[in-house]
Parts: sequence; structure tokens; C-alpha cells
Amino acid sequence: MLRRISFTVAIMVILSVGKGHADKPFIIVQSTTSTQNSGLLDAILPEFEEQSGIEVRVVAVGTGQAIRNATNGDGDVLLVHSKPSEESFVADGWGVQRFDVMYNDFVIVGPADDPAGIAGRSDVVAALSEMAKSQTVFVSRGDDSGTHKAEQRLWSETGIDVNAASGTWYRETGSGMGATLNTAIGMQAYVMTDRATWISFGNKDDYQIMVQGDPRLFNQYGAILVNPDKHPNVKADAGQAFIDWLTGADGQAAIAAYQIDGQQLFFPNAVQ
Amino acid sequence: MQDFASSLHSSFGMILSGDAQLWAIVLLSLRVSLTAVMIASVIGLPLGAFLAVSRFRGRQILVVMINALMGLPPVVVGLLVYLMLSNSGPLGVLQLLYTPTAMIIAQVVLITPIIAALSRQIIQVLDAEYDEQLRSIGLSRLGSIPVLLWDGRYNLLTAVLAGFGRAIAEVGAVIIVGGNINHVTRVMTTSIALETSKGNLELALALGVILLLLALIVNAAVSFIGQGARQTAYA
Repeated sequence: MLRRISFTVAIMVILSVGKGHADKPFIIVQSTTSTQNSGLLDAILPEFEEQSGIEVRVVAVGTGQAIRNATNGDGDVLLVHSKPSEESFVADGWGVQRFDVMYNDFVIVGPADDPAGIAGRSDVVAALSEMAKSQTVFVSRGDDSGTHKAEQRLWSETGIDVNAASGTWYRETGSGMGATLNTAIGMQAYVMTDRATWISFGNKDDYQIMVQGDPRLFNQYGAILVNPDKHPNVKADAGQAFIDWLTGADGQAAIAAYQIDGQQLFFPNAVQ
Repeated sequence: MQDFASSLHSSFGMILSGDAQLWAIVLLSLRVSLTAVMIASVIGLPLGAFLAVSRFRGRQILVVMINALMGLPPVVVGLLVYLMLSNSGPLGVLQLLYTPTAMIIAQVVLITPIIAALSRQIIQVLDAEYDEQLRSIGLSRLGSIPVLLWDGRYNLLTAVLAGFGRAIAEVGAVIIVGGNINHVTRVMTTSIALETSKGNLELALALGVILLLLALIVNAAVSFIGQGARQTAYA
């Protein structure tokens, strides 16, 4: 009997844990895996939360999914990196206004022995063409994320139809950046990633950056308040306060200050 | 193999250090999955018993359907619950998306068929065994459900534990409806997925070891209680 009572008590204690939190105001930010996996948001959000008293809850998914979730009204702020999609999100009335927040760049990483011989290239389109010609395995996100969209824009500049090669040397994982990096490394394949995820990635094996520095690899992040006219549940004031902070002096300084191994991951470029 | 050894080592290190964030995640995992198991048991056990003892047209079809639902893919359940709870969905007004409650709902949907299907099987065997006795004391088929459930309670624990195992180990549904929000909806499995995607394979594996230990402890506790109670019952 005693046993049963103590068991029941234990269960009740477990079930009640964490329920007592005071209802602090919070917003939901639909964002991308790169901002979370790189540790940026964990580093800068406490400062905003302390200043504003608003808790920021981050849902980190691919840009495509983040935009879809925001379109459904399941978030107050969108913080993603695919400018054309962001602009059509605002143009279609789902978002109020788009603000530049920060940028970094994409890089192409590959195994140290560099089977396609593209190491040191700065012309990304030529490097991709080289890969296609030699049929070296390239792993794509294939998930409609910001990185995937940027990668597709680059392939379209090469004039190569990668969809025709899908499943052969061109392999789509349909997963997040980290999962895709793990897959690529397992297959000794080339892969395009944002620099922030790459620097903070813990399973690099012998992989190195092969292609970087092409202006076409520019990666801009933007923030948008989800339109409260479309979704009345959107916490417009708190959401806008977060965007104002991100694009204001304090937020921009916090972004610039975030480093891993002495390397800055994101470069603030909001219009102030 | 070095990975496994060092992961095992660091998982024990994490447990011993009493890392507050780790404990919060462990407790949230338990809270979500245990609540889901309780709700699913309240629905699934009587449902299973009802299917075992009742005789009506279409019963067999229902049994097959519930058995098939044991194979519900978590990611599909996550998607369905997301569409229901989304602000654009029918239950959006409840504002439950990205909360532990949403995760509990998804797990209940996922494991109720498991508990119902397994308990149907268990009760059906019992019912066949005690059919005459139950009728002789004047119980109707449906009236015998409470008696059968009580009598089969130790075997039914296995059905409940199967449900718990599925709930605590599941990632596809909770990551969609919970959003893996730090300090709010991040549980063991979503942490493992996150650390894997960060390339922190050793940490991910260490968390996996802790999750396994957790499942072991819950199962051991339940069988311990069951044993104790059984002994008292037959003493």
C-alpha cells in the first residue's frame, strides 16, 4: 500500500512540475535552423528578454516551412533568409513590412581530397558546373529552405537541370542543414551550407570550405511582423518591439558580438 | 567505438552533475508522456475491453482498424494535430499549438490505439476463460467489463507500458506540434534530434543513453509495483 501511495505521489509531483510558471508575455518567432543551430538566438535573446520582459519562443524550421506556419498565423514574427519569398509574403498581405537584419554567406564544403578539384574557386557557378561535369556527388537540402532556394538559383545559372540528375550524383535529403551535412559527410559528397551553421557544426570530419567569396553566395536575413489584420491573435506590439530591438542599436551590436572560435557568424546590416 | 564509450561516459557525467537544464527536459518528457499514457489508458482500456466482450455488426472491422492504427506514423499524427490546432485550423482559438498540451494531445492520438488493441487481445483471452462464471453470477457482457479489467490489471500493465514506450521515444509528432522551443516544449527526443543536427553526435548519443535509462526506470518501477501488489493480493 505504501508503495502504491509513494508511486502515486511521485507521478503527481512529476505531472505538476513546470505548471506553476507565471504567465509571462511571450511571442513566437518562426525562424530557420541556421539561427538556432549556430547558437545565435540563444546568445542574443536573453538581452532582449531582460530589457523588454517579453519571452521569445523560437520555432526553428526551414524557411519554407517557417513561412507556411506564419501564413497560418502560427507565429508573431518571421526571421528567415530568402528575400524573394519574404517579399512575396509581404506582398500577399501575410506580413506587415520586411526589415533587413543581418547577413552572412553560403559556402560549399567538401572532403579534403576534393575529387572535383574545385578547392579555392571563387566562381561558384563554374564550380557547380565542374561538379556536374565530373558527376561528383552533391547533396542538396531539397526542403524548400532558404539555403535550398539559394542553391537552386545558382544551379539555374549553370543551365544544368539537376532535377534530371536527382538520385544519381545530385541527392536531395529533404532535411535540415545539420542533418544534410551529416548525410553529405557520410557520403563524402559536396554540400552548400550557410557559414554560421558550418562554423558551429560539430561533426566536420576532414571537410573544408572549397568555394567561398562569390557575391552570389550572399545570404541576407530579414524580419517580418505577421499581419495582425490577417490573424488577430498576432501579438503585434510585442512582435514589433522584438523587430525594433533586432534592427536597433542594441540588437545589431549583440549580433555583431556573437562569435565562435574568434569568428563572427552574422553581420548586422539593418537600416537604422 | 570510441564514440560509444565517450558518450556513455559523458551521459553519466551529465546525470551526476545534476545539470538543471537537462533535468527540466527530462521532467518535461516524463510529464508529457505520463500524462498522455494516463489519458490514453482511460480511453484505451475500456475501449479495448468493450471490443473484446461486445458482439455487434462491424466489430471485426473496428478491431482490424484499431490494430492497423497501432502503426500510425508519428509525423502524420503531428501533422494532423498541427492542422487542428493551427490558428488557421478549427481549434486554433484554444491557442494550444507549441505548448506541452499540444504534445500530450498528439501522443494520446498516437498511443490510444496501441493500448486499446493490446488490451482487447488480453481481455478477449480472459473473457473466453471466465465466460461461464461471469454469466453464472448474472453479469451481462458489457457489465463484465469492470471485472475483466480489474482481473487482467497486471497483464494490462504491459499494454500501458507499450504505450508509454512509444510515447517517450517518439519525435516526429512532438517536434511538429511542440516546435522544440527551448524551456517550453523541448523534450529528450527533440533535444537528441537538435544535437544531431548540430553535429554534436556524442552529446546526442549521451542524451539517448539517458532516455533509455529513463524508460528503464519507469518500466522497473511499474513492474516493482505490480510484483508487490500481486504478492499482497495472493498472500
